[in-house]
Amino acid sequence: MDIFSVFYYRFKKVWKAIRLYLVIAGPGLVVMIADNDAGGITTYAATGAQYGYHLIWFLLLLIPVAYYVQEMTVRLGAVTKRGHAEAIFESFGAFWGWFSLIDLMIVDWLTLVTEFVGMTAALSIFGVPAWLTVILVILLMSIIVLNGRYWTWEKIALGFCLLNLIYIPAAFMVNPSIASILGQGLIPNFPGGFNNELFFLLMANIGTTIAPWMLFFQQSSVVDKGLQEKDIKMGKLDTFIGSIITVAVAIFIVIVTGTLLNGAPIDDAATAARMLMKTNHYIGAFMAIGLFDAGLLGAICISLASSWAFGEIFGWAHSLNTKVKEAPWFYISFFITLATAGVVPLIPGAPLVLITLFVQVVAVTLLPAALVFLILLLNDKKTMGEYANSPLQNIVSTLIVVLIIILSTLYGISALFPNLFK
Amino acid sequence: MRMLKQFINKIREINQRYAKPKIEMSKGVSFSLAVLRIYLFLLVLLMIYKFITVIKVL
Repeated sequence: MDIFSVFYYRFKKVWKAIRLYLVIAGPGLVVMIADNDAGGITTYAATGAQYGYHLIWFLLLLIPVAYYVQEMTVRLGAVTKRGHAEAIFESFGAFWGWFSLIDLMIVDWLTLVTEFVGMTAALSIFGVPAWLTVILVILLMSIIVLNGRYWTWEKIALGFCLLNLIYIPAAFMVNPSIASILGQGLIPNFPGGFNNELFFLLMANIGTTIAPWMLFFQQSSVVDKGLQEKDIKMGKLDTFIGSIITVAVAIFIVIVTGTLLNGAPIDDAATAARMLMKTNHYIGAFMAIGLFDAGLLGAICISLASSWAFGEIFGWAHSLNTKVKEAPWFYISFFITLATAGVVPLIPGAPLVLITLFVQVVAVTLLPAALVFLILLLNDKKTMGEYANSPLQNIVSTLIVVLIIILSTLYGISALFPNLFK
Repeated sequence: MRMLKQFINKIREINQRYAKPKIEMSKGVSFSLAVLRIYLFLLVLLMIYKFITVIKVL
Protein backbone atom coordinates (compact mmCIF):
# COMPACT_ATOMS: atom_id res chain seq x y z
CA MET A 1 0.00 0.00 0.00
CA ASP A 2 1.45 3.40 -0.92
CA ILE A 3 1.54 6.33 1.46
CA PHE A 4 -1.50 8.04 -0.14
CA SER A 5 -3.64 4.94 0.29
CA VAL A 6 -2.62 4.69 3.95
CA PHE A 7 -3.37 8.37 4.46
CA TYR A 8 -6.74 8.08 2.68
CA TYR A 9 -7.68 4.97 4.69
CA ARG A 10 -6.81 6.68 7.98
CA PHE A 11 -8.60 9.87 6.98
CA LYS A 12 -11.76 7.91 6.16
CA LYS A 13 -11.58 6.09 9.49
CA VAL A 14 -11.16 9.33 11.46
CA TRP A 15 -13.89 11.07 9.44
CA LYS A 16 -16.26 8.16 10.12
CA ALA A 17 -15.54 8.46 13.87
CA ILE A 18 -16.13 12.23 13.76
CA ARG A 19 -19.43 11.73 11.90
CA LEU A 20 -20.52 9.14 14.43
CA TYR A 21 -19.60 11.51 17.26
CA LEU A 22 -21.60 14.32 15.68
CA VAL A 23 -24.66 12.07 15.54
CA ILE A 24 -24.35 10.96 19.17
CA ALA A 25 -23.11 14.26 20.62
CA GLY A 26 -25.70 16.29 22.45
CA PRO A 27 -26.78 15.21 25.92
CA GLY A 28 -23.28 15.55 27.39
CA LEU A 29 -22.53 18.87 25.73
CA VAL A 30 -25.92 20.39 26.55
CA VAL A 31 -25.95 19.31 30.20
CA MET A 32 -22.38 20.41 30.82
CA ILE A 33 -22.70 23.81 29.15
CA ALA A 34 -26.11 24.38 30.74
CA ASP A 35 -24.35 23.71 34.02
CA ASN A 36 -22.92 27.22 33.59
CA ASP A 37 -26.34 28.62 34.38
CA ALA A 38 -27.17 32.07 35.79
CA GLY A 39 -26.06 31.03 39.28
CA GLY A 40 -22.86 29.53 37.89
CA ILE A 41 -21.97 32.71 35.98
CA THR A 42 -22.42 34.72 39.19
CA THR A 43 -20.16 32.32 41.11
CA TYR A 44 -17.39 32.48 38.49
CA ALA A 45 -17.67 36.27 38.17
CA ALA A 46 -17.35 36.60 41.96
CA THR A 47 -14.41 34.14 42.01
CA GLY A 48 -12.49 36.22 39.47
CA ALA A 49 -13.35 39.56 41.09
CA GLN A 50 -12.40 38.34 44.56
CA TYR A 51 -9.30 36.23 43.88
CA GLY A 52 -8.15 37.22 40.38
CA TYR A 53 -6.58 34.31 38.50
CA HIS A 54 -5.53 32.50 41.68
CA LEU A 55 -8.27 29.85 41.65
CA ILE A 56 -8.04 28.76 38.00
CA TRP A 57 -6.20 25.59 39.09
CA PHE A 58 -9.17 24.69 41.28
CA LEU A 59 -11.57 25.08 38.36
CA LEU A 60 -9.41 22.71 36.30
CA LEU A 61 -9.85 20.07 39.02
CA LEU A 62 -13.59 20.23 38.42
CA ILE A 63 -13.22 18.68 34.92
CA PRO A 64 -12.75 15.09 36.21
CA VAL A 65 -15.29 15.71 39.00
CA ALA A 66 -18.00 16.68 36.52
CA TYR A 67 -17.01 14.01 34.01
CA TYR A 68 -16.90 11.02 36.38
CA VAL A 69 -20.30 11.81 37.87
CA GLN A 70 -22.09 12.54 34.61
CA GLU A 71 -20.64 9.71 32.53
CA MET A 72 -22.32 7.26 34.93
CA THR A 73 -25.71 8.62 33.85
CA VAL A 74 -24.79 7.91 30.21
CA ARG A 75 -24.07 4.25 30.96
CA LEU A 76 -27.13 3.89 33.16
CA GLY A 77 -29.46 5.50 30.62
CA ALA A 78 -28.09 3.61 27.62
CA VAL A 79 -28.22 0.21 29.36
CA THR A 80 -31.50 0.46 31.32
CA LYS A 81 -33.37 2.75 28.88
CA ARG A 82 -34.84 4.42 31.96
CA GLY A 83 -34.50 7.89 33.40
CA HIS A 84 -32.93 8.47 36.80
CA ALA A 85 -36.28 8.94 38.58
CA GLU A 86 -37.68 5.68 37.21
CA ALA A 87 -34.43 3.85 38.02
CA ILE A 88 -34.65 5.04 41.66
CA PHE A 89 -38.32 4.03 41.98
CA GLU A 90 -37.72 0.62 40.48
CA SER A 91 -34.50 -0.22 42.29
CA PHE A 92 -35.04 1.37 45.71
CA GLY A 93 -38.82 1.35 46.05
CA ALA A 94 -41.56 3.95 46.35
CA PHE A 95 -40.24 5.68 49.51
CA TRP A 96 -36.92 6.73 47.99
CA GLY A 97 -38.62 7.29 44.67
CA TRP A 98 -41.14 9.81 46.01
CA PHE A 99 -38.47 11.45 48.12
CA SER A 100 -36.31 12.01 45.03
CA LEU A 101 -39.16 13.05 42.76
CA ILE A 102 -40.70 15.59 45.16
CA ASP A 103 -37.27 16.93 46.11
CA LEU A 104 -36.36 17.23 42.42
CA MET A 105 -39.58 19.09 41.71
CA ILE A 106 -38.86 21.63 44.50
CA VAL A 107 -35.17 22.10 43.63
CA ASP A 108 -35.89 22.42 39.92
CA TRP A 109 -38.65 24.94 40.43
CA LEU A 110 -36.55 27.08 42.77
CA THR A 111 -33.55 26.89 40.45
CA LEU A 112 -35.78 27.85 37.56
CA VAL A 113 -36.81 30.98 39.48
CA THR A 114 -33.12 31.91 39.84
CA GLU A 115 -32.66 31.40 36.07
CA PHE A 116 -35.51 33.83 35.39
CA VAL A 117 -33.99 36.29 37.87
CA GLY A 118 -30.70 36.06 35.94
CA MET A 119 -32.37 36.45 32.54
CA THR A 120 -34.51 39.44 33.55
CA ALA A 121 -31.50 41.12 35.20
CA ALA A 122 -29.38 40.52 32.08
CA LEU A 123 -31.89 41.99 29.64
CA SER A 124 -32.72 44.90 31.97
CA ILE A 125 -29.19 46.13 31.18
CA PHE A 126 -30.41 46.64 27.59
CA GLY A 127 -33.60 48.31 28.81
CA VAL A 128 -35.91 45.32 28.31
CA PRO A 129 -38.58 45.23 31.05
CA ALA A 130 -38.74 42.09 33.18
CA TRP A 131 -42.31 41.17 32.13
CA LEU A 132 -41.32 41.28 28.46
CA THR A 133 -38.27 39.07 29.11
CA VAL A 134 -40.43 36.48 30.88
CA ILE A 135 -43.02 36.42 28.06
CA LEU A 136 -40.30 36.23 25.37
CA VAL A 137 -38.50 33.40 27.17
CA ILE A 138 -41.68 31.35 27.65
CA LEU A 139 -42.61 31.90 23.98
CA LEU A 140 -39.12 30.99 22.78
CA MET A 141 -39.00 27.85 24.90
CA SER A 142 -42.47 26.86 23.68
CA ILE A 143 -41.33 27.08 20.08
CA ILE A 144 -38.20 25.04 20.84
CA VAL A 145 -40.01 22.29 22.72
CA LEU A 146 -43.20 22.04 20.66
CA ASN A 147 -41.49 21.20 17.37
CA GLY A 148 -42.13 17.52 18.08
CA ARG A 149 -38.62 16.22 17.50
CA TYR A 150 -35.86 15.57 20.02
CA TRP A 151 -33.31 16.05 17.25
CA THR A 152 -34.43 19.61 16.46
CA TRP A 153 -34.68 20.54 20.13
CA GLU A 154 -31.13 19.31 20.70
CA LYS A 155 -29.69 21.22 17.76
CA ILE A 156 -31.35 24.46 18.92
CA ALA A 157 -30.06 23.85 22.45
CA LEU A 158 -26.57 23.30 21.01
CA GLY A 159 -26.92 26.65 19.22
CA PHE A 160 -27.50 28.31 22.58
CA CYS A 161 -24.53 26.36 23.95
CA LEU A 162 -22.43 27.97 21.23
CA LEU A 163 -23.55 31.42 22.41
CA ASN A 164 -22.28 30.47 25.89
CA LEU A 165 -18.76 30.68 24.41
CA ILE A 166 -19.19 34.46 24.16
CA TYR A 167 -16.97 34.77 27.25
CA ILE A 168 -13.99 33.53 25.25
CA PRO A 169 -13.72 36.59 22.92
CA ALA A 170 -14.57 38.76 25.93
CA ALA A 171 -11.53 37.37 27.76
CA PHE A 172 -9.27 38.10 24.79
CA MET A 173 -10.66 41.63 24.56
CA VAL A 174 -9.54 42.47 28.12
CA ASN A 175 -5.89 41.78 27.13
CA PRO A 176 -4.99 39.71 30.17
CA SER A 177 -1.38 38.99 31.02
CA ILE A 178 -0.75 35.40 29.90
CA ALA A 179 2.28 35.22 32.21
CA SER A 180 0.11 36.21 35.19
CA ILE A 181 -2.58 33.67 34.27
CA LEU A 182 -0.04 30.88 33.99
CA GLY A 183 2.00 31.99 37.00
CA GLN A 184 -0.85 32.71 39.40
CA GLY A 185 -3.54 30.45 38.05
CA LEU A 186 -1.94 27.11 37.36
CA ILE A 187 0.03 26.65 40.57
CA PRO A 188 -2.24 25.46 43.38
CA ASN A 189 -2.44 28.19 46.01
CA PHE A 190 -4.87 29.70 48.49
CA PRO A 191 -4.70 33.48 48.11
CA GLY A 192 -4.67 35.16 51.51
CA GLY A 193 -4.54 31.78 53.26
CA PHE A 194 -7.28 29.21 53.66
CA ASN A 195 -10.00 31.27 55.32
CA ASN A 196 -13.77 30.94 55.59
CA GLU A 197 -14.47 33.32 52.74
CA LEU A 198 -12.28 31.31 50.38
CA PHE A 199 -13.78 28.04 51.61
CA PHE A 200 -17.30 29.34 50.92
CA LEU A 201 -16.34 30.32 47.38
CA LEU A 202 -14.69 26.95 46.69
CA MET A 203 -17.82 25.20 47.94
CA ALA A 204 -19.95 27.45 45.74
CA ASN A 205 -17.83 26.50 42.71
CA ILE A 206 -18.29 22.79 43.44
CA GLY A 207 -21.99 23.32 44.15
CA THR A 208 -22.48 24.92 40.78
CA THR A 209 -20.53 22.19 38.96
CA ILE A 210 -22.70 19.28 40.09
CA ALA A 211 -26.40 19.96 40.54
CA PRO A 212 -29.13 17.35 41.11
CA TRP A 213 -31.05 18.25 37.96
CA MET A 214 -28.00 17.39 35.85
CA LEU A 215 -28.13 13.70 36.78
CA PHE A 216 -31.84 13.44 36.02
CA PHE A 217 -31.58 15.52 32.85
CA GLN A 218 -28.69 13.70 31.20
CA GLN A 219 -30.01 10.22 31.89
CA SER A 220 -33.48 11.08 30.55
CA SER A 221 -31.91 12.86 27.61
CA VAL A 222 -29.83 9.78 26.75
CA VAL A 223 -33.01 7.67 26.88
CA ASP A 224 -35.07 10.14 24.81
CA LYS A 225 -32.31 10.32 22.20
CA GLY A 226 -32.33 6.53 22.03
CA LEU A 227 -28.67 5.89 22.74
CA GLN A 228 -27.73 2.20 22.88
CA GLU A 229 -24.94 0.31 24.63
CA LYS A 230 -22.80 0.61 21.51
CA ASP A 231 -23.06 4.42 21.75
CA ILE A 232 -21.70 4.59 25.31
CA LYS A 233 -18.13 5.23 24.19
CA MET A 234 -19.16 8.27 22.14
CA GLY A 235 -21.60 9.37 24.83
CA LYS A 236 -18.73 9.39 27.32
CA LEU A 237 -16.57 11.36 24.89
CA ASP A 238 -19.45 13.83 24.49
CA THR A 239 -19.60 14.23 28.28
CA PHE A 240 -15.82 14.63 28.53
CA ILE A 241 -15.73 17.34 25.85
CA GLY A 242 -18.66 19.03 27.57
CA SER A 243 -16.88 19.02 30.92
CA ILE A 244 -13.80 20.62 29.34
CA ILE A 245 -15.92 23.31 27.66
CA THR A 246 -17.87 24.12 30.81
CA VAL A 247 -14.70 24.61 32.84
CA ALA A 248 -13.05 26.54 29.98
CA VAL A 249 -15.99 28.96 29.92
CA ALA A 250 -15.75 29.32 33.71
CA ILE A 251 -12.04 30.11 33.42
CA PHE A 252 -12.64 32.75 30.73
CA ILE A 253 -15.24 34.42 32.97
CA VAL A 254 -12.71 34.42 35.81
CA ILE A 255 -10.15 35.99 33.46
CA VAL A 256 -12.61 38.75 32.46
CA THR A 257 -13.62 39.72 36.00
CA GLY A 258 -10.15 38.96 37.40
CA THR A 259 -8.61 41.43 34.96
CA LEU A 260 -11.15 44.25 35.02
CA LEU A 261 -12.98 43.92 38.33
CA ASN A 262 -10.23 42.61 40.62
CA GLY A 263 -11.18 43.51 44.18
CA ALA A 264 -14.66 44.77 43.32
CA PRO A 265 -17.56 43.39 45.38
CA ILE A 266 -19.71 41.24 43.07
CA ASP A 267 -23.08 40.03 44.32
CA ASP A 268 -24.43 38.86 41.00
CA ALA A 269 -23.38 38.57 37.36
CA ALA A 270 -25.70 41.39 36.25
CA THR A 271 -23.86 43.79 38.60
CA ALA A 272 -20.58 42.57 37.08
CA ALA A 273 -21.94 43.24 33.57
CA ARG A 274 -23.00 46.77 34.57
CA MET A 275 -19.57 47.48 36.09
CA LEU A 276 -17.81 46.05 33.03
CA MET A 277 -19.88 48.32 30.76
CA LYS A 278 -18.33 51.33 32.43
CA THR A 279 -14.87 50.05 31.45
CA ASN A 280 -15.68 48.58 28.05
CA HIS A 281 -19.20 48.67 26.65
CA TYR A 282 -18.75 45.57 24.50
CA ILE A 283 -17.34 43.39 27.26
CA GLY A 284 -20.19 44.42 29.56
CA ALA A 285 -22.66 43.62 26.78
CA PHE A 286 -21.01 40.23 26.20
CA MET A 287 -21.28 39.49 29.91
CA ALA A 288 -24.99 40.39 29.91
CA ILE A 289 -25.72 38.36 26.75
CA GLY A 290 -23.82 35.42 28.22
CA LEU A 291 -25.81 35.69 31.45
CA PHE A 292 -29.12 35.70 29.57
CA ASP A 293 -28.02 32.72 27.47
CA ALA A 294 -26.84 30.85 30.58
CA GLY A 295 -30.22 31.41 32.27
CA LEU A 296 -32.07 30.32 29.14
CA LEU A 297 -30.01 27.13 28.75
CA GLY A 298 -30.48 26.33 32.42
CA ALA A 299 -34.23 26.93 32.13
CA ILE A 300 -34.49 24.71 29.02
CA CYS A 301 -32.79 21.78 30.74
CA ILE A 302 -34.22 22.14 34.24
CA SER A 303 -37.86 22.35 33.16
CA LEU A 304 -37.36 19.31 30.94
CA ALA A 305 -35.65 17.35 33.73
CA SER A 306 -38.80 17.69 35.86
CA SER A 307 -41.22 16.84 33.05
CA TRP A 308 -39.25 13.77 32.01
CA ALA A 309 -39.12 12.55 35.63
CA PHE A 310 -42.90 13.01 36.09
CA GLY A 311 -43.63 11.30 32.80
CA GLU A 312 -41.48 8.30 33.75
CA ILE A 313 -43.24 7.76 37.06
CA PHE A 314 -46.82 8.62 36.15
CA GLY A 315 -46.61 6.59 32.97
CA TRP A 316 -47.35 9.55 30.67
CA ALA A 317 -45.85 9.70 27.21
CA HIS A 318 -42.74 11.77 27.89
CA SER A 319 -40.65 12.25 24.79
CA LEU A 320 -39.75 15.33 22.82
CA ASN A 321 -40.46 13.15 19.78
CA THR A 322 -44.17 13.22 20.62
CA LYS A 323 -46.73 15.84 19.65
CA VAL A 324 -48.79 17.74 22.24
CA LYS A 325 -51.83 15.56 21.51
CA GLU A 326 -49.85 12.39 22.20
CA ALA A 327 -48.17 13.61 25.41
CA PRO A 328 -50.41 16.36 26.85
CA TRP A 329 -49.34 15.94 30.48
CA PHE A 330 -45.66 16.01 29.59
CA TYR A 331 -46.07 19.42 27.95
CA ILE A 332 -48.57 20.71 30.52
CA SER A 333 -46.18 19.95 33.41
CA PHE A 334 -43.38 21.62 31.40
CA PHE A 335 -45.38 24.84 30.94
CA ILE A 336 -46.77 24.92 34.47
CA THR A 337 -43.23 24.63 35.91
CA LEU A 338 -41.96 27.26 33.49
CA ALA A 339 -44.79 29.78 33.83
CA THR A 340 -45.06 29.64 37.62
CA ALA A 341 -41.30 30.08 38.01
CA GLY A 342 -41.29 32.92 35.47
CA VAL A 343 -43.94 34.87 37.37
CA VAL A 344 -41.98 34.96 40.65
CA PRO A 345 -39.35 37.60 39.66
CA LEU A 346 -42.24 39.84 38.52
CA ILE A 347 -43.85 39.86 41.98
CA PRO A 348 -42.88 43.10 43.76
CA GLY A 349 -40.91 42.32 46.91
CA ALA A 350 -40.56 38.60 46.13
CA PRO A 351 -37.98 37.05 48.49
CA LEU A 352 -35.44 36.32 45.75
CA VAL A 353 -32.41 36.20 48.07
CA LEU A 354 -34.26 33.74 50.31
CA ILE A 355 -35.13 31.62 47.27
CA THR A 356 -31.46 31.54 46.21
CA LEU A 357 -30.43 30.38 49.68
CA PHE A 358 -33.26 27.86 49.79
CA VAL A 359 -32.08 26.32 46.51
CA GLN A 360 -28.71 25.58 48.12
CA VAL A 361 -30.29 24.04 51.19
CA VAL A 362 -32.85 21.86 49.39
CA ALA A 363 -30.26 20.77 46.83
CA VAL A 364 -28.19 19.42 49.71
CA THR A 365 -31.00 17.04 50.63
CA LEU A 366 -31.34 15.70 47.08
CA LEU A 367 -27.79 15.68 45.71
CA PRO A 368 -26.22 13.19 48.16
CA ALA A 369 -29.17 10.82 47.78
CA ALA A 370 -29.11 11.01 43.97
CA LEU A 371 -25.34 10.45 43.90
CA VAL A 372 -25.46 7.48 46.30
CA PHE A 373 -28.26 5.92 44.23
CA LEU A 374 -26.20 6.48 41.11
CA ILE A 375 -23.20 4.57 42.46
CA LEU A 376 -25.38 1.75 43.84
CA LEU A 377 -27.19 1.42 40.51
CA LEU A 378 -23.88 1.35 38.62
CA ASN A 379 -22.82 -1.55 40.86
CA ASP A 380 -25.92 -3.59 40.11
CA LYS A 381 -24.22 -6.18 37.91
CA LYS A 382 -27.48 -7.96 37.18
CA THR A 383 -28.78 -4.89 35.35
CA MET A 384 -25.60 -3.24 34.16
CA GLY A 385 -23.63 -6.34 33.11
CA GLU A 386 -20.30 -5.38 31.54
CA TYR A 387 -21.14 -1.68 31.94
CA ALA A 388 -21.18 -1.86 35.74
CA ASN A 389 -18.53 0.16 37.57
CA SER A 390 -15.05 -1.38 37.60
CA PRO A 391 -13.15 -1.37 40.93
CA LEU A 392 -11.10 1.63 39.75
CA GLN A 393 -14.24 3.50 38.64
CA ASN A 394 -15.77 2.74 42.03
CA ILE A 395 -12.77 4.12 43.90
CA VAL A 396 -12.65 7.32 41.81
CA SER A 397 -16.40 7.93 41.73
CA THR A 398 -16.85 7.13 45.45
CA LEU A 399 -14.05 9.53 46.40
CA ILE A 400 -15.57 12.26 44.23
CA VAL A 401 -19.09 11.62 45.53
CA VAL A 402 -17.96 11.65 49.19
CA LEU A 403 -16.08 14.91 48.58
CA ILE A 404 -19.09 16.49 46.87
CA ILE A 405 -21.42 15.34 49.67
CA ILE A 406 -19.16 16.76 52.41
CA LEU A 407 -18.59 20.08 50.66
CA SER A 408 -22.17 20.56 49.46
CA THR A 409 -23.43 19.74 52.96
CA LEU A 410 -21.12 22.35 54.47
CA TYR A 411 -22.27 24.77 51.77
CA GLY A 412 -25.92 24.10 52.58
CA ILE A 413 -25.30 24.43 56.33
CA SER A 414 -23.40 27.69 55.79
CA ALA A 415 -26.45 28.95 53.86
CA LEU A 416 -28.67 28.00 56.82
CA PHE A 417 -26.30 29.38 59.47
CA PRO A 418 -24.20 32.12 57.79
CA ASN A 419 -22.21 32.91 60.94
CA LEU A 420 -21.23 29.32 61.67
CA PHE A 421 -18.00 29.32 59.67
CA LYS A 422 -17.00 32.92 60.34
CA MET B 1 -63.34 15.78 42.52
CA ARG B 2 -63.12 13.06 39.87
CA MET B 3 -59.67 14.25 38.90
CA LEU B 4 -58.53 14.13 42.52
CA LYS B 5 -59.81 10.57 42.84
CA GLN B 6 -58.02 9.60 39.65
CA PHE B 7 -54.86 11.19 40.95
CA ILE B 8 -55.06 9.32 44.27
CA ASN B 9 -55.67 6.07 42.42
CA LYS B 10 -52.65 6.76 40.24
CA ILE B 11 -50.48 7.33 43.32
CA ARG B 12 -51.75 4.04 44.79
CA GLU B 13 -50.97 2.26 41.55
CA ILE B 14 -47.43 3.70 41.51
CA ASN B 15 -46.90 2.69 45.14
CA GLN B 16 -48.00 -0.85 44.35
CA ARG B 17 -45.89 -1.03 41.21
CA TYR B 18 -42.76 0.01 43.07
CA ALA B 19 -43.60 -1.57 46.43
CA LYS B 20 -40.62 -3.93 46.39
CA PRO B 21 -37.12 -2.60 45.64
CA LYS B 22 -35.61 -4.58 42.78
CA ILE B 23 -31.98 -4.01 43.70
CA GLU B 24 -30.28 -6.83 45.57
CA MET B 25 -30.15 -5.69 49.20
CA SER B 26 -26.53 -6.60 49.87
CA LYS B 27 -24.78 -5.40 53.03
CA GLY B 28 -23.24 -2.51 51.11
CA VAL B 29 -26.60 -1.33 49.74
CA SER B 30 -28.35 -1.66 53.12
CA PHE B 31 -25.51 0.20 54.85
CA SER B 32 -25.55 3.02 52.27
CA LEU B 33 -29.31 3.45 52.57
CA ALA B 34 -29.11 3.45 56.39
CA VAL B 35 -26.39 6.13 56.34
CA LEU B 36 -28.47 8.15 53.88
CA ARG B 37 -31.50 7.94 56.19
CA ILE B 38 -29.45 9.17 59.18
CA TYR B 39 -27.90 11.96 57.08
CA LEU B 40 -31.28 13.19 55.87
CA PHE B 41 -32.80 12.89 59.34
CA LEU B 42 -30.03 15.09 60.80
CA LEU B 43 -30.41 17.57 57.96
CA VAL B 44 -34.16 17.83 58.52
CA LEU B 45 -33.53 18.35 62.26
CA LEU B 46 -31.16 21.22 61.40
CA MET B 47 -33.77 22.78 59.12
CA ILE B 48 -36.48 22.49 61.77
CA TYR B 49 -34.12 24.09 64.32
CA LYS B 50 -33.43 26.95 61.89
CA PHE B 51 -37.14 27.37 61.20
CA ILE B 52 -37.95 27.55 64.93
CA THR B 53 -35.18 30.09 65.61
CA VAL B 54 -36.38 32.27 62.71
CA ILE B 55 -39.98 32.08 63.94
CA LYS B 56 -38.83 33.04 67.48
CA VAL B 57 -36.99 36.10 66.16
CA LEU B 58 -40.08 37.17 64.19
